[in-house]
Amino acid sequence: MAEAEIASESKGKEQPIKASEIDPKFKYELQKIHGSEKILKCFQCGTCTSDCPVARYSDSYRPRTLIHMAQLGLKDRVLNSDTLWLCAACFTCTDRCPQDVEVASVIRVFRNLATEKGCIPQVFKDQGQSLIETGYAYKIPELRIKKRESQGLPPLPKGNPDSVCKTLKGVKFFERIQKPAGERANGQ
Amino acid sequence: MSASKNQQVREQMGSKYLIFLGCAIPYRVSSFEISSRKVLAKLGVELVEMPEFNCCGLPLDPVSHESMLILAARNLALAEQQGLNILTLCPGCAGTLKKVNQILKEDKTLKEQINSHLKEADLEFKGTIDTKHLLQLLTEDVGLEKIKASVTRPLTELKVAEHNGCHILRPKQYIGFDDPEDPQMLKALIEATGATCLDYIDETECCGAPSVGISDKVALQLARDKLNHIKMVDAQALITICPFCHIMYDTNELRIEKTFNEVYGIPILHYPQLLGLAMGMTPEELAFGELRVSAQKITEQFTQGANKP
Repeated sequence: MAEAEIASESKGKEQPIKASEIDPKFKYELQKIHGSEKILKCFQCGTCTSDCPVARYSDSYRPRTLIHMAQLGLKDRVLNSDTLWLCAACFTCTDRCPQDVEVASVIRVFRNLATEKGCIPQVFKDQGQSLIETGYAYKIPELRIKKRESQGLPPLPKGNPDSVCKTLKGVKFFERIQKPAGERANGQ
Repeated sequence: MSASKNQQVREQMGSKYLIFLGCAIPYRVSSFEISSRKVLAKLGVELVEMPEFNCCGLPLDPVSHESMLILAARNLALAEQQGLNILTLCPGCAGTLKKVNQILKEDKTLKEQINSHLKEADLEFKGTIDTKHLLQLLTEDVGLEKIKASVTRPLTELKVAEHNGCHILRPKQYIGFDDPEDPQMLKALIEATGATCLDYIDETECCGAPSVGISDKVALQLARDKLNHIKMVDAQALITICPFCHIMYDTNELRIEKTFNEVYGIPILHYPQLLGLAMGMTPEELAFGELRVSAQKITEQFTQGANKP
């Protein structure tokens, strides 16, 4: 699909929907994935969006809209949306949803599906790479580790990245974070 | 495991915890770790370092949910080998480990699936331990009475505001030890030091930290709102219990002031720094020197006459 077409969610919304881009099975796929099982219970009340701290300051991030788009089968528009990555995972929507949709988990499922397609912001690639190399999500500088003694702190337990990688080799984790650059979703 | 053996294990666990540092604290928030260890030692909580732990999994949940489950389960399996409950300082780690522990205990099929991955590293999740965050440990295990009794220098002149942050409160289904709409635990812990904890608008709102790197604009706006609300009630400091919230406010306060042409000058303290002051410890002992926003204005009034290290 054309890059320009999906450059931002707001632009995407202005484009008329073509019948060919509708995937009527998408919502049933989502019902089978842990976290988005209850997506069809959403009746579009808008509690999630109105309580969302990010929606207050973002021009485009609207959890209700994303869920509606998914219910309608607009799979590519949802998964290619940059705004998907704005959710701060504060779980306010999850706690307040009157239909118990677990909105934040649905957004997480969208993100997982987007990374499968290669849409993943750089920050997650960096954290994944660090995990593989050190066992931690950040590369903790040597200086920091050495400084601990003078701060009266015990040594930082040594990570075991080999063991961590062994546990992850069966879930296509490495492929997702090591996809070559060039895909979209590099943040706003 | 028999009931009597369960009891025995529980007694052994007592006030001894495996400390799970997570990634953010050793990476850049050592003041939180230093002050927590000092305060816990004084309260008789024994900490054992957790060997070979890895990232709790939360940061990688957006990439792959199954990977997150495996990463969290690996940590839980390591802790089970030690026969100790986990204590975390980071609410993100606490929330993730709690949630995954509960999910895997309830869902046998998923547990088997995750264990098949752990087996590659000769590990197994059994579901025999629990995770607590510092806030929960202080409230439930140590108790407010013991904390009040440890205070030698009540901070009665001080008026502060609290910021719980999201992951210590939500989602309620998995965390649920405090009321996410009207949290009381941190307030009670603050008042135990003698300080006054002020109410303000939108206390339970997100700090914005998770949006840094995706949209700094949104993140800074959220932190700015918080600082504005705290300034409105004349709080002398903001008290946090999360490394990410602390970074968001302390490290970014100057940037927010410049970006939006505001003046705050509000110091951001980790709760154990506040408690440590009330226990008579010096700002130096509690790593106040690592704070970006100086807390000198408030420490001066409580440390005159205190022993310098």
